[in-house]
Amino acid sequence: MPDVKFTVDGKQLTAPAGTLLIEACKSAGIEIPAFCYYPGLSLQAACRMCVVRIEKMPKLQTACTTPVAEGMVVTSESPEIAQARKSTLQLLLGNHPLDCPVCDAGGECELQDMTFKYGAGESLYAEAKNHREEQKWSPVVYFDRPRCILCYRCVRMCGEGMDVFALGIQNRGSSAVIAPNVPAQMSPDHLAHVDCEQCGMCIDACPVGALTSGAYRYKTRPWEMNHVTTVCTHCGDGCKTTLGVRSTSDGAEIVRGDNRDKSGINGDFLCNKGRYAFDFANAPERITAPLIRQTDGRFKEVSWEEAFTHAGRKLRELRDARGGQSIGVLGGNRLTNEEAYLLQKFARTVLGTNNIDHHRTADYVTFAQTLAEQKDRTASWRDTQTIPAALIVGGDPTNQAPGTAWNLRTDVRLNKARLYIANTAEIKLRRQAKAFLQLAPYGYGALAAYLAGDEAVAQSAAADANALTSFRDAVKAEEKLLILIGSELRGTDLRRLIEFGLTIPGARFALLSDYVNSRGAADMGLLPDMLPGFTPVSAPGAFAEQNLPTAPGLDLLEIFEAAGRGELSALYVVNSNPIARYSVDPAALKNTFVVVQEMFFTETAKLADVVLPAANLYEKGGSVTNSYGDLQLVQKAGDRAGVRSDFEMIVRVADKMGADIKSLVPFGKAQPGLRADMGQSRGAQAGEADRHAVWLTANNLEPKLSPFDPWAILDEIQRLVPGYNLLRLQLLSGNDQHLEPEAAASAVTNRRDLVLPSGDTLFTSGTLGRFSATLNETRQYQTGEPLIQIHTAAEFGS
Amino acid sequence: MSEIANSIFTPATAARFDHLVTIYPVKRSALVPMLLYAQDEVGYVSDAVVTEIAQRLDLLELDVRNVLSYYSMLRTKPAGRYNVQVCTNISCMLRGGYEILDHCKHKLGIGHKEVTADGTFSLEEVECIGACCWAPAIQVNYDFHDNLTTVKVDEILETYRAGQGKDVK
Amino acid sequence: MPTLVSHPDEVKVISRRFGQGAADIEKYIELDGYKAVQKAIAEGPEKMPAWIIDTMKASGLRGRGGAGFPTGLKWSFVPKQSEKPKYVLVNGDESEPGTCKDHVIFLEDPHAVIEGTMIAGLAIGSKMGFIYLRGEYRYLLKIMEKAVADAYAKGFLGKNIFGSGLDFDVVTQSGAGAYEVGEESALMESLEGKRGVPRIKPPFPAVVGLYGGPTVINNAETIASAPHILLMGGEAYAKIGSERNGGTRLFGISGHVERPGVYELPMGYNLKKAIYDVAGGIKDGKKLKAVVPGGSSCPVLLPEEIDVGLDFDQMGKAGTMLGSGGIVVLDETVSIVEFALRTIAFYQHESCGWCIPCREGTDWIKKTLTRVYNGGGSKKDVANVQYLAENMMGRTFCPLGDAAAMPTLGFVKKFRKEFEDYIEGNKAGTPIITVQQLVGAGH
Ligand SMILES: Cc1cc2nc3c(=O)[nH]c(=O)nc-3n(C[C@H](O)[C@H](O)[C@H](O)COP(=O)(O)O)c2cc1C
Ligand code: SF4
Ligand code: FES
Repeated sequence: MPDVKFTVDGKQLTAPAGTLLIEACKSAGIEIPAFCYYPGLSLQAACRMCVVRIEKMPKLQTACTTPVAEGMVVTSESPEIAQARKSTLQLLLGNHPLDCPVCDAGGECELQDMTFKYGAGESLYAEAKNHREEQKWSPVVYFDRPRCILCYRCVRMCGEGMDVFALGIQNRGSSAVIAPNVPAQMSPDHLAHVDCEQCGMCIDACPVGALTSGAYRYKTRPWEMNHVTTVCTHCGDGCKTTLGVRSTSDGAEIVRGDNRDKSGINGDFLCNKGRYAFDFANAPERITAPLIRQTDGRFKEVSWEEAFTHAGRKLRELRDARGGQSIGVLGGNRLTNEEAYLLQKFARTVLGTNNIDHHRTADYVTFAQTLAEQKDRTASWRDTQTIPAALIVGGDPTNQAPGTAWNLRTDVRLNKARLYIANTAEIKLRRQAKAFLQLAPYGYGALAAYLAGDEAVAQSAAADANALTSFRDAVKAEEKLLILIGSELRGTDLRRLIEFGLTIPGARFALLSDYVNSRGAADMGLLPDMLPGFTPVSAPGAFAEQNLPTAPGLDLLEIFEAAGRGELSALYVVNSNPIARYSVDPAALKNTFVVVQEMFFTETAKLADVVLPAANLYEKGGSVTNSYGDLQLVQKAGDRAGVRSDFEMIVRVADKMGADIKSLVPFGKAQPGLRADMGQSRGAQAGEADRHAVWLTANNLEPKLSPFDPWAILDEIQRLVPGYNLLRLQLLSGNDQHLEPEAAASAVTNRRDLVLPSGDTLFTSGTLGRFSATLNETRQYQTGEPLIQIHTAAEFGS
Repeated sequence: MSEIANSIFTPATAARFDHLVTIYPVKRSALVPMLLYAQDEVGYVSDAVVTEIAQRLDLLELDVRNVLSYYSMLRTKPAGRYNVQVCTNISCMLRGGYEILDHCKHKLGIGHKEVTADGTFSLEEVECIGACCWAPAIQVNYDFHDNLTTVKVDEILETYRAGQGKDVK
Repeated sequence: MPTLVSHPDEVKVISRRFGQGAADIEKYIELDGYKAVQKAIAEGPEKMPAWIIDTMKASGLRGRGGAGFPTGLKWSFVPKQSEKPKYVLVNGDESEPGTCKDHVIFLEDPHAVIEGTMIAGLAIGSKMGFIYLRGEYRYLLKIMEKAVADAYAKGFLGKNIFGSGLDFDVVTQSGAGAYEVGEESALMESLEGKRGVPRIKPPFPAVVGLYGGPTVINNAETIASAPHILLMGGEAYAKIGSERNGGTRLFGISGHVERPGVYELPMGYNLKKAIYDVAGGIKDGKKLKAVVPGGSSCPVLLPEEIDVGLDFDQMGKAGTMLGSGGIVVLDETVSIVEFALRTIAFYQHESCGWCIPCREGTDWIKKTLTRVYNGGGSKKDVANVQYLAENMMGRTFCPLGDAAAMPTLGFVKKFRKEFEDYIEGNKAGTPIITVQQLVGAGH
């Protein structure tokens, strides 16, 4: 659109034709108040707060619905406008309960702010206010009707944004009310409820305190919290989130998760897990002291020193006696990149083994190898907001990656994007699709082959041959296409699909995985045959400086097979629960020395000889990489006495093994003769690098660098890992950046992909989900409620 | 041969609804009249009515409830067999509308939106019904009675009570 | 059943067939029915649309729904080419208190509405018309349905109407009780099966209307006038009325007059004469107190202000509006406090609730006046009511807010002293609504 020139408050402005005046003003730093307007949602012009004076117009006009036009002359503030806004506020306040002192939104309320600005202080009315009891619509959504100002943001958020349509407007005039989809008379407890995805986007959008969060309400005042911006730990989208944190006697408790800052890669979005399921961090089941198994088989709480010494000594003995190849290492999908990198480096350089793996939820090795030598072919998550067309093969974004689903829906709504979806199941996103192709069971491979030109497999791809053909033709006709791939496609199938996509010059790819740093775990080389950056162990390239073992190690299943044969001397598990996930017979490990870094007594932790209580992603700093390869900053929000970061624990174990810490973590200034200060456990503030700052400063060292400082490893990642040529400043300022793998092409075929999707739904989240009371309550609620007809995407698996 | 199995409506009404959804460019257009016709048959818009109409129009029940609650002629509770609607808006007010309303309340022993114990009558004070020049006026169900006096009202109520009143739906 | 009245001053154009059984199609045909549409078709497919629109423009017909927008001009706004189908929409929601003229048209001359719809359709190149009647008009809907069925049976509607090669369908529709649905865009929402909440304008219906297609929406009386205009010629029609206000209009005169009824008078006819001559003067020889001249949303006129011509411009100059042509006459016994309360109670009940100033403003005015009426008012309340109404004016999403604010402002400004006296215990007029009834009056 060409730019038009117009004037606001005497200032000459330009904006593309068609831009709404309210947005054009915002870009120019002129804030126009609005309750009902919400960027990207349909226009309402209902609250009349955004009224402005436009020359030649007889009446005040709503800036929210007026597109800028050439030569338009606008006044955004004047006594007349202020009076209009003031009277609107007076009308609202007439029935508003004014319970601000106990309202969750107090201090963060747009109605409060507007009243402050326009001074609608005095009351004009003598009549009693309409009172209504607060309603509990679900375990996480509460509705306080008298506070509602009927801006309809929640209704649109739920319908247009979420495609759930659980909220409506009922009655009319002053009786008009926001109503949920399960009316009282249809509900077993005779109370109105909401049957939905429980994302809480309605709460987020609410400008006042009418909708409040069950997880947060009445817990604290907004100004009593510290707000930390970090990345949600749940799914592979990696939404940026703001955690509200409050000090407690044993650390810092997270009391709220939300998305108030909206500066992140996820835009407006946060799902129920991001919003509510932070409470696993506060779960009473958390392990908060190191444990060593006694000869009688019972765990005993020990000091950190004792635990590290024991683990270090045993590992050293076993390595020296039976060789590094007798040790296995398993990492997790919720470690930071720095931790994952450190863990593999520890395994390879200190333990001397390539027997290292993690729970893989997508075949990133094939993905990277197939795209070797390609440039700009991988999609950022941001592309899902703007791309004109997307082909989605496999996966179920609504359940697996709700933010991706949100973006795609938004892209369809705002940009008329065309979605082509091929799936064996009728996933919810098909409702936005231009074409939905119902695949035959296990038809993904056949589809990939068919798209690549193999007509013979059409039958095994889809039953409807015509649909299949027209689907392919439509996809091929697209010039700019996002190809979003589910974890169903692996190995050859995945390779074929990508190769087909590469024939479309404007196609970009992404592969969905299941956890916040599944991608990082693969990128950082938690793999038996791949060093970081998908560098084959046999051809270590820049990693040659580390003198790593060059023969591929055992993969996850082989490690347990080795254990079963009595050939595994030790197993080091960090933030992972393979025993439950892979249904491993616990007896397999009876002759293996097991060290587990974990938050909870998982099935795996129960078998450990040493349990080291771990911090979670909300309690440490570093970086993570989402499914798409977007790198983001993780910052420490919560804190818990008696736990340490995985990073610190690995370093300390290595230290107790007698490893050269300076070469494991290249920290500090390169000063000859400097030894690491391994510090001591200092009070409750465990697991944080910064507490060494004093000592480091005293020694004239870079204060941020200590052996426990992840940034020291980030330097090395940046230096050695192909594709991680990141911009440090971007990362530190909280911006996401897209990284592309730079793998070497591989001739290896029939590599075991070992992909096991997590199978998580909207209401589960691996091990963490089991310890989130809110998530469990919500899941039970959604499975228990007599669902009338809401086609929510949520499948209620366990 | 209704398109809906186990319709709660009479075959005639079900057939009418089958037809109704075909006459508009978009079938949802049938919603408002359909709700009214369903109410004529069932007596009010019951939950079952909501469910079936939602099904017929491929709507969420919530959509139907949103719309239903907007229109003042639609009710979600039963009314009397004869719903006496007294206009008290300005033209009627000036010519005795309130007197008529009072009289009905007294005569039927019920108030606004109440139903007589035997279910024969219900009473409603309504806004202008478009009979201003023949005020005061009432509607009994859909039938207009105008230029009223309390004596005429008594006669009208008696006729209905005897089951002989006009009742065209 | 409405009683038909007449008076020598009437000029019968639109009411020409009233009382003659024209609901019967044969009778309608006998009385020149469906001649106008054939006359238009006779112009030939090329010239017809422009001919119709020019004739309508020449007639000076202005919309009878309330706002008085020139009909020919409105029709000419519809784009000739359109990807989406075009529609004609007849507004028979007639809900403005004091208005019952469309009622008589549907009853006495339903085919005129159908023929007018066809004419509008031919003018804009539409193939489908909708006739929307308020839900309360069930018996009229049945009359319209029968008329439509008869017209189809005769082959007047459907394919190839009158051999023109053009198709035209008419669908009748029922509302279900909502004044706001009379607003044109809310009516489209309602017809699409939604809540009767108005739409953001622009785009206007002529460009994006029903089902997203270009749409002409007119009041039933406007539409029913079209066949007469085509038959008698635009200029001849224009001549009947006053300057820039062509033709005649149905005026409903109600309230405290001797002969209330719907009369067809030329535009510009003197209001005082309408009340004193046509409607027989004030009932029972009482004194006139005030006149609400064009439906309840029009600001009230004092007895000394009623020597004014009944057309859009003259009424506007008099500080009020011609509106829907529903003249409500108040005699000396009326308490203006009570009348103002009943008026705002209506708008409070009928506000769709979409926008804040209207939803909350009508509610607070009603609450405040209720308290005043019940004896709990203070002088500040009168100022508050005025403040509320002034702050609603021009600030709401659709004109319903204005429709509520305008009469309120008229009452408190012109009868301020009566309000103040009332508050001090000097109650003018004879109370009609009792306190007890008011409690229930919330509907
Ligand atoms: C609140 C409100 C109610 C209205 N009600 C009616 C109505 O009942 N009948 C009608 O014809 N026009 C009504 N109108 C006017 C219509 O919006 C529209 O202007 C009219 O139907 C256009 O037809 P016309 O040009 O023939 O007058 C109403 C307008 C408003 C704002
Ligand atoms: S209603 Fe308008 S006026 Fe209000 S903010 Fe909303 S958009 Fe603006
Ligand atoms: S809702 Fe339209 S003006 Fe109030």
